Amino acid sequence: MPGKVASMHDAVAAIVRDGDTVAIEGFTHLIGFSAGHEIVRQRKRDLVLARMTPDVIYDQMIAGGVARKLIFSWLGNPGVGGLNAIRRRIEPASLAGERPLEIEEYSHFGMVARYTAGAANLPFMPLRSYFETDLPKANPLIRPIKSPFSDEVVYAVPPLNPDVSIIHAQRADANGNTQIWGLLGAQKEAAFAADRVIVVVEELVDESVVRADPNRTVIPGVIVDAVVVEPYGAHPSYVQGAYDRDNRFYLDWDPISRDEEKVQAWLREWVYGLPDRAAYVEKLGAERIASLRPGPAPSGSVDYGSYR
Amino acid sequence: MSDLGFTRSEMMIVAAARELAGQHVCFVGVGLPNIAVNLAQRTVAPDLEMVYEAGVFGARPARLPLSIGDPTIVTGATAVVSMWELFAYYLQRGLIDVGFLGAAQIDRFGNINTTVIGAYDAPKTRLPGSGGACEIAINAREVFVIMRQSARSFVREIDFRTSPGNLGGAEQSEAIRKAGGWNGRGPTVVVTDLGIWHFDETGEMRLDFLHPGATLDEVRATIAWEPKISASLQATPPPTAEELRLVREELDPEGIYAK
Repeated sequence: MPGKVASMHDAVAAIVRDGDTVAIEGFTHLIGFSAGHEIVRQRKRDLVLARMTPDVIYDQMIAGGVARKLIFSWLGNPGVGGLNAIRRRIEPASLAGERPLEIEEYSHFGMVARYTAGAANLPFMPLRSYFETDLPKANPLIRPIKSPFSDEVVYAVPPLNPDVSIIHAQRADANGNTQIWGLLGAQKEAAFAADRVIVVVEELVDESVVRADPNRTVIPGVIVDAVVVEPYGAHPSYVQGAYDRDNRFYLDWDPISRDEEKVQAWLREWVYGLPDRAAYVEKLGAERIASLRPGPAPSGSVDYGSYR
Repeated sequence: MSDLGFTRSEMMIVAAARELAGQHVCFVGVGLPNIAVNLAQRTVAPDLEMVYEAGVFGARPARLPLSIGDPTIVTGATAVVSMWELFAYYLQRGLIDVGFLGAAQIDRFGNINTTVIGAYDAPKTRLPGSGGACEIAINAREVFVIMRQSARSFVREIDFRTSPGNLGGAEQSEAIRKAGGWNGRGPTVVVTDLGIWHFDETGEMRLDFLHPGATLDEVRATIAWEPKISASLQATPPPTAEELRLVREELDPEGIYAK
């Protein structure tokens, strides 16, 4: 296969190592479920998982035993409720003497600022948040800092430089030049902040497709290590223009996640018991997939002009 | 459903939406704020610019967004931006008139906890945490809160201060906000399933409107402190037929929020 294109198995095996700090970003949109499942399937261990919203994917991965620590800013099943598998590893009443999951907590702006500092190679990022809250007490890495130019005090957060960032996207070329539309989250910042980057795309396109619309390129191939082509890899989250969020899945996860046995049974059925995403999509069924297809709403096109 | 012809949640959502009359730019929080703000855009505030932390300015959702990152907030929006731009340029820059938040615990001065019940290091219940709420509470010009009343949620002391309200009272809050250069003046409205609270000159919440069917005994039974009740307490006007139609048929046909 050309360029950096690899299978998910090979990309995760080569790029994700035990003990790594791994960020699978994507804010509600473009969540890399297929990459998360592969990490569980390969039984990676002692990872530090970073994500603004851990979402169901980190509930599943942490239940799969891959993580020792979680860095986050909003711990919920969006629109549904809590992330119960993660809560069981934090709340003493359900730990049964086991070592709790280590947590490091920010606000969204704090997490975005951390990625941005990491991407820009800065020692910290200042922001106007955290005043008069208990968050700096809960997390000593959130620190007040006086402006060198006035008496103003703001808060600073340290850079977040993941060993590996995994970004799901609509399309990329074989060299990893990646285009995204819809919610951008902190995909670009997480990618630039990382030492190694895996891009997972719905569609592999020719370089000419990227070059015809360069404003839409969010991640340049120069920072990408592997391109994995996996349609429906973000299910049950969504991909703008390709498929909707499978809300039934998010609702169904709530009762499953309340019961550790059911969580482990789910992982056996949908992760360990399947070889890859193609098998997952087949098991999900064509009808379920078709029900997620949105109607069309194409953008107009712009004229970049030809300058010779 | 009560014999009034509407539920308490429907009254709460409608009352919260009406509070947005005359507002221009609103930052929409997850859960109940989402449906209240979407109702406001269809009724009292058709020109409302809805801002979602996921990175959308000027959303025109065709359905009720299932979450604050739903694809329907993207299609037809004025602008889709990175979350850095959203928080730094739109919120921190001071463009947001109202931040609309939910809460798990609130105190009499409108300080909010959405992080933990119990001790932080050994929580009885681990809640979602801040998300964007902490910086919204500091940087939005004012904050509206929508939440159901219960003795567990309206508490004397919150277990964790996730989002600052009027701190220890209006005088202290005004001084700290001024000295610190905050954009926001803090919470101004709390809409519950029983009534509408505004904040008096001391910075404490005061019940100004009681919803139809609710009683002051219920209000007192669902608050851990002796609440201030306005001397000129009024009855909240009940939902109109059109408001109820929008909630039931367009925004929440499955009754997820309004049951």
